[in-house]
Amino acid sequence: MIEAIGLSKRYGATLAVDDLSFTVPPGRVTGFLGPNGSGKSTTMRMILGLDAPTSGSVTVNGRPYAEYRRPLFEVGALLEAKAMHGGRSAYNHLLSLGLSNGIGRARVEQVLDQVGLRGAGRKRTGGFSLGMGQRLGIAAALLGDPRVLLFDEPVNGLDPEGVLWVRNLLKSLAAEGRTVLVSSHLMGEMSITADRLIIIGRGRMIAETTVEDFLACGSGNSVRVRSAQADALAALLTTQGIAVVRRADGALTIAGTTSEAVGQIARANGIALQELSAHQPSLEERFMELTRGSVDYHAADGAIAPASE
Amino acid sequence: MEASTTPQTSYSRLSGFADLLRSEFCKFRSVRSTYWTLFAAVAFNVVLAALAAIFLPGQLSAHEKATVDPVRLSLGGIHLSQIAFGVLGVLVITSEYTTGMIRATLSAVPQRRLMLAAKVVVFAVSALIVGVLSSVGAYFVFQAFLTDSALKTSITDPGVLRAVIGGGLFVTALGLLGLGLGAIMRASAGAIATVFGLLFVPPVLLQLLPHAWKDAIGPYIPMVAGGQIYALHPEAGALGPWTGFGLFCLYAAVALGVGFVLINRRDA
Repeated sequence: MIEAIGLSKRYGATLAVDDLSFTVPPGRVTGFLGPNGSGKSTTMRMILGLDAPTSGSVTVNGRPYAEYRRPLFEVGALLEAKAMHGGRSAYNHLLSLGLSNGIGRARVEQVLDQVGLRGAGRKRTGGFSLGMGQRLGIAAALLGDPRVLLFDEPVNGLDPEGVLWVRNLLKSLAAEGRTVLVSSHLMGEMSITADRLIIIGRGRMIAETTVEDFLACGSGNSVRVRSAQADALAALLTTQGIAVVRRADGALTIAGTTSEAVGQIARANGIALQELSAHQPSLEERFMELTRGSVDYHAADGAIAPASE
Repeated sequence: MEASTTPQTSYSRLSGFADLLRSEFCKFRSVRSTYWTLFAAVAFNVVLAALAAIFLPGQLSAHEKATVDPVRLSLGGIHLSQIAFGVLGVLVITSEYTTGMIRATLSAVPQRRLMLAAKVVVFAVSALIVGVLSSVGAYFVFQAFLTDSALKTSITDPGVLRAVIGGGLFVTALGLLGLGLGAIMRASAGAIATVFGLLFVPPVLLQLLPHAWKDAIGPYIPMVAGGQIYALHPEAGALGPWTGFGLFCLYAAVALGVGFVLINRRDA
């Protein structure tokens, strides 16, 4: 269980994290979503006591991280890939971290096996690919068999097999009753992996919800209809105060109603339908909708339009 | 949450620090730069002692032979090996910051000052062993290659053992000064430049000052104060061997002290 209360972090004039309060419960994979620069990594560093909050507090299993004497048994973290000395072997990297918490060679061999780096354990990490670095970082997180796990962008740089492996690992860790917090900017990945979502933008909380609720509550839900009598149907719907948009392909997009309601109206008026489908926005679309105002850097729409007309 | 059955409860302060020492020693021994710098340090000391013993006596006048410090001559390699020890002291801490390893380290050991203390102990003990051995080695190699009896000394002569051991003490304290500056600056290049700036620049600047100032300030600059510990005869006007070395250690202690204060105050 991770609990943050009013967590804020200011760097000079920038408020990187702004009054975040959230709970990460055990037994679930909680996705931590936000555009780049939204404060995900800063928040994770504050959870681990690496950065001190400007105000607010965060506890892991009821205690501030800094109070743990052997934190690897309580919390495992993958922060950035390759936060390691390139001249040291993977084995010695893990051993030096493990020894500080009284964890020995046998366990180091185990986690190297578990992440599929057995053969590369004696190689120096400077020659590792990003994916191998991620696996080594995950091995470090697993060293103390902790009840709480934090992963910052764990699938970055992994090949498809690695992505699948991380996905299954996260789910199995949560299924064992552990607390799992995973940050990502990849919505699709989170919709598959995570049960719960914490969504932030510009350091502020946008939503703390489940994946299903997040998709259902969007304003983008609409119904798509195609019919030979599209004009008549559009007129009918408009008189009932329902917004209708006519698409270039002749289809109608109807917002603010359900496919059942549209079907009823069509039937009652003897209008034959060729297509009737409910359209639910993807996680990406919902995310874009929610964070539109909170993205620091985005390409301007139509930026390549002619300078003068 | 169920009651804590983790090793949290079996933790004792002393065994905890022993774990940190093991962890830091593992880091120290598992990178090549450690071996390269220590090898270079030993090689400089021993090889320069042999060269000095073979070639210098023929170049010195009888008067020079009578006035030169024969022990200091045998430890001439320290002028080079000190660079290796200084650099290694800096790298022990700055390599954590330049590689990003520090975040993994401090996630495993949130008690930052204990982690830094373990680093200091591991480096100090290792540097002391290698420093003293290479200094003693240099002394005996010098005596072995020496054919000129005017420069011969015995390890049992007054002050000789202190000076020879002092060579190891000096490079250890210099390395600790580097470690302290590394902890403050968290960047290799800046910290290395500062260590050797503090060591080599004051003697040059001193030459620009009037005599009275030179005499007043000269004995206290790091290189002069620290250098007396590995001289058989202290230079005229210089502090005594232990007083001078004590002051040199104080400089290192100040740098380390600031490092210890800052490590808890800054974001990693």
